[in-house]
Amino acid sequence: MSEASVVVETRGVTRILQEAVPVTLVRDINLSVDKGEFVSITGPSGSGKSSLLYLLGLLDVPTNGEVLIDGQSTTGLDANALAAIRLRKIGFVFQFHFLLPEFDVLQNIMLPMRRLGALSEGDMKERGMSLLAGLEMADQATKRPDQLSGGQRQRVAIARALANDPLILLADEPTGNLDTKNSKIVQEIFARLVREQGRTVIAVTHEMDFAAATQRNVHLVDGRIVSDERR
Amino acid sequence: MLWRVALSIAIAQLANRRRQTLVSMLGVALGVGFFIATSSIMSGSEQDFTQRLVNNAPHITIKDEFRNPTTQPVFLAYPTGAISLVRTKPREYLRGIKNYGAKVEELSQRSGVIAEAALTGQIIVRYANKDVSASVAGIDPAKEKFLTQVESDMREGSLDRLKTTADGIVIGSGMSQKLGLKMDDLATVIAPSGLVKRMKVVGIFHVGNLLLDEGQVYVLLKNAQVLLDKAFIANQIRIKIPNPDDAETFAAGLEARWGYRSESWQEVNRDILGLFVIRNAITYSIVSAIMVVAAFGIFNIISTVVMEKRRDIAIMMSMGFHAFDIQLIFLIQGILVGLLGMSLGWGIGRGLLEAVSTLKFTVPGMTERQGFVLDWSFRPYAIGGVFALVSAIVAAWYPAHKASEVRPVDIIRGAA
Repeated sequence: MSEASVVVETRGVTRILQEAVPVTLVRDINLSVDKGEFVSITGPSGSGKSSLLYLLGLLDVPTNGEVLIDGQSTTGLDANALAAIRLRKIGFVFQFHFLLPEFDVLQNIMLPMRRLGALSEGDMKERGMSLLAGLEMADQATKRPDQLSGGQRQRVAIARALANDPLILLADEPTGNLDTKNSKIVQEIFARLVREQGRTVIAVTHEMDFAAATQRNVHLVDGRIVSDERR
Repeated sequence: MLWRVALSIAIAQLANRRRQTLVSMLGVALGVGFFIATSSIMSGSEQDFTQRLVNNAPHITIKDEFRNPTTQPVFLAYPTGAISLVRTKPREYLRGIKNYGAKVEELSQRSGVIAEAALTGQIIVRYANKDVSASVAGIDPAKEKFLTQVESDMREGSLDRLKTTADGIVIGSGMSQKLGLKMDDLATVIAPSGLVKRMKVVGIFHVGNLLLDEGQVYVLLKNAQVLLDKAFIANQIRIKIPNPDDAETFAAGLEARWGYRSESWQEVNRDILGLFVIRNAITYSIVSAIMVVAAFGIFNIISTVVMEKRRDIAIMMSMGFHAFDIQLIFLIQGILVGLLGMSLGWGIGRGLLEAVSTLKFTVPGMTERQGFVLDWSFRPYAIGGVFALVSAIVAAWYPAHKASEVRPVDIIRGAA
């Protein structure tokens, strides 16, 4: 395993919520994910899976330890610097689609591209359409989120996460709100992204067959990694 | 680029709650509209009034009086001595401005300055067994034209005819009515000195002010000097200068030089000008109150949107939007509401002014039906607009800042 292929790495990451009674979300996490890996994070509820994912995605900052994205330490960066890294290198998919209701599907996908501002308007549209086409959603481009089914919305959310061609795709219970059929579709999309485009996907899930479909499973209990197996 | 993203999101979010946007926008619009109407009426009437003050009377009047009694020479000789003079009384001197001809001549040399020597006093005008007492002003018709409005207010005849008619007199419309005195009639003028003169009416003016229309007459300076028995004496020098605003300093200069009391129009009308300041303060505080209410409307809608859009804010932040971008989105919404309200308010203000300009009502003391004199300038619009925008920004600031402080993890964790 060469150093250059590591896209995200944690070194002794601990996150403690400073409340009346301090709550330890995750403790001493050492994890390293290579480019092209499909990783599932599992564990009982309250085990810190989502918290770990937010730390990997720089949505949250560790109390102790260090998170490295693409070989670079993120310790001590301010909120804007973290946001800039998220914009370029990280794509999020959540349990809920969180699409903006005022915009149509294509506009939603173009939002991160607009914020980045690297492409022309025409190129952004083109890229948005090709992302939709890849998810067999091209015909839905002008619909509003509330006109779509749950599975379709989640696919749009995935397309949006891919908008800026991120290094890492982070998914937090992406199938948690879907029926079995749509779960299968979403699951298959992730697998295909890894297989065909060599993307790195880290997904938190509590569904065993989703976890079984991934190449590597990290299991958390009480904020600690108890097993990390590759298949 | 960034502001375009923020703008498109801001517009989309506002468009999604059209009714509330409309209501808060109307709040701003009404505020701006009423501001424009009120301040335009206020400043219009102020300008009109000032205009009348400036035009109806000379800018500066030098009088044959002194502001302070003359200092006794003994006080000058012993400035530090303990001296007391008892039972002194002002020296009696011949009233009148000394050497007024030379002074008028000198003032007239200055560019744009018109100066006229005048003699004023009291007389009685008698016609057909009726008496009216009046102030008489002995003037120079060629100059009086420029000093006051009388010439343009002439109903019949003219000031110039004073020159061509022996013993001519110009009277007001009120006096003409009271005495039944018409053009070319011969009136009897009785002076305090006992002198009685028959004078021919050569002009009738109508200023619109009862006091003047009934009680002011004009004759030639030399006629006034004869009537009042003050040969070669003038008790006023009336001056018009190019810029009325300079009157105070100009008057002070004259007074320092010649010692005679020189009154600028501002000094004479100090009380009225002071009232304007208070009146403006009242206007602005009332209108500000309207704008504060409108600002609360904006605060309300932005706060609601922020509360409702917490998820969207969270997802945008997780996407890589900066806290500042989020703040910008909501600030823009406030500014948009302010801008829309402002433009609509301009329309409302304009409409109100059009409506108000058609009003006519009777003002006591004025003999004609009056309407509002309006200030049609762009100034009230500009001030109202700035007012609206500033209050919109201030009102949107706090909720926008709150929005930028949303921690995406809290929202996403809560939603899941």
